[in-house]
Amino acid sequence: MLGLNKRDTRFLIIVILLTLFTPFLLQPFPEESALAQFNGGYPDLMAKIAIFGIFAMGFNILFGLTGYLSFGHAAFLGVGSYAAVWMFKLLTMNVFPAIIVAVLVAGLFSAVIGYISLRRSGIYFSILTLAMAEMSYRLAYSVLTPITNGETGLQVRDSDPRILDGADAAQYPNLFGLELSQSWKLELASHVFTFNVGFYFCAVVAIVMFYISLRIARSPFGLVLKAIKSNQTRLNYTGMNTRPYTLAAFVISGMYAGLAGGLMAVMDPLAGAERMVWTASGEVVIMTILGGAGTLLGPVLGAGAIKYLENIFSKINENVLHEWFAFLPDGMEDAVIWLIARFTGEGWHLTLGVMFMAVVIFLPGGLVEGGGRIAAWFRRKPAAGAGAGGGDGDGDGDPEHHPKPTPRIATLGD
Amino acid sequence: MAILEVKDVSKRFGGLQALRDVNLSVAENTVHAIIGPNGAGKSTLLNCLVGKLTPDTGSVLFQGQSVLGRKPHEINQMGISRVFQTPEIFGDLSVQENMLIPVFAKRDGAFRLHPFETVEHEREVIDEAMAALEEFGMADKRHMHAASLSRGDKRRLEMAMCLVQRPRLLLLDEPTAGMARANTNRTIELLREIMERRDITMVIIEHDMHVVFSLADRITVLAQGMPLVEDTPENIKGHPKVKEAYLGEAA
Repeated sequence: MLGLNKRDTRFLIIVILLTLFTPFLLQPFPEESALAQFNGGYPDLMAKIAIFGIFAMGFNILFGLTGYLSFGHAAFLGVGSYAAVWMFKLLTMNVFPAIIVAVLVAGLFSAVIGYISLRRSGIYFSILTLAMAEMSYRLAYSVLTPITNGETGLQVRDSDPRILDGADAAQYPNLFGLELSQSWKLELASHVFTFNVGFYFCAVVAIVMFYISLRIARSPFGLVLKAIKSNQTRLNYTGMNTRPYTLAAFVISGMYAGLAGGLMAVMDPLAGAERMVWTASGEVVIMTILGGAGTLLGPVLGAGAIKYLENIFSKINENVLHEWFAFLPDGMEDAVIWLIARFTGEGWHLTLGVMFMAVVIFLPGGLVEGGGRIAAWFRRKPAAGAGAGGGDGDGDGDPEHHPKPTPRIATLGD
Repeated sequence: MAILEVKDVSKRFGGLQALRDVNLSVAENTVHAIIGPNGAGKSTLLNCLVGKLTPDTGSVLFQGQSVLGRKPHEINQMGISRVFQTPEIFGDLSVQENMLIPVFAKRDGAFRLHPFETVEHEREVIDEAMAALEEFGMADKRHMHAASLSRGDKRRLEMAMCLVQRPRLLLLDEPTAGMARANTNRTIELLREIMERRDITMVIIEHDMHVVFSLADRITVLAQGMPLVEDTPENIKGHPKVKEAYLGEAA
């Protein structure tokens, strides 16, 4: 289907289902329970996960496939946001012109930065991209104030021309009149599920972008990118020019970043320079590595894990902790709360750091490798049981001893 | 007719004159060996032929066309392939994928943006790669990670990757360096077979005299950046100058 083989089609269908059912998956706890705190099924967070998933997918084409570690991808995200907000100001509040122009402008911008940065590889490439992004950030923050509105950030105003919109057109980002902020709530056995137009728009875009990255990874072009990561010398002496290939990968990943930036502006029509700051570039690196660089699903999982945990952990302040540990004797309660408070609330980055270290050390392949190991562990257990029971020859008919293999995310994503 | 013509090539690195007025003429469909003691300029000369280095003076003509100023990938597209001293292969890819790349390079040229085609659907490319793997006896290893191959198999794979492109000229930089005698003999056999089966010219840089005298039709002896003698293996063996500069040292 769609030019994919059976395995990839199944993989894509799983991803589509996971994405479309996110409002359920992230809302596992009943509304009034103590665990409702850990529900993540609200539109803002889910859309963020989809958007950062797109950002990380694109980054993975450059880093995971081609082996070029860029520390400046937030610049393209920021440029995408600015371009989208300008389209909201000048043309229409309809989201399509905004995201199309965001992708094109980010593509153009990344072609320029890529052309310069790709003259070097390895650490020098990383430093060049970092410098370029930092320069873009400084420009957006001060020099280019007429375009970016400096530190205040670019906003949509009533006085904007919006030449394509009529007098009675919607004042908020919309899909041909359907406002993205609209939500429907479904109450089901004390659970509340929220279905938001904005999230589903981002989710559909994310699925399309995932499909594109899947096609790229399976194409001869993707094979050449992997070859570049593996051995550039051999590729040059095999008659291929690595420069246009790396530039193409850079521009594609820049366009993904621009799309993510555009979607951010769509969800919340403003753009500020802080989106381009270097820690934002670092975040996407961490997402990709945490999820599993070079795998297709890994970066999305990494983005989801980080954004979910960021939201959950930042919400746990000392008051919440006091509620949780009220059963402990006073002195002990304070000690425990003091310790945990370092890792929650504003200290959530400490948790992220510890988590990142643990993954890099124990799961170099990221969450995807972790998933693969768990799947392998589940497969091994029944096999060992069958062996101990004397083995039942051609036992395909016995479901007890031969459970359906679990979807192997790790190998599907390679 | 000469397929490769090197005329008055000189190359200087700072105070070191690595090559001095080197002249070399390689006849089509022969094996031409370049020997010489360490530091004689053999590798520098080879690097001048493939575009890694540009000589200070002189010219290098391949089939009448100059290769100077061209990049390695352009020179490869002209029909020159190179085997490295330590095998350069795509270690992260499978053996089959390693073979696909040169076939794609031959079909599509130096660059082609084809992100929406599918490798699996490129039947002709896969068939050609598989045929080459069969020919080099590596078809059963096609799903292996190239990095996990033995050193001898890596060398074999690298040669297969070069030869699947049907180059007119194959350059080999010490193809038997660091090999046990048995493996060396196997490599000699392989190269002989290739010479019989294909329309190809080879230039070999080699330290091992056994390899040189088993394969070469002509031998050029380099010493201190200058060609000392060029002759047939029989004549080189007894040549007094060569004994003095090279073989004499070893004896």
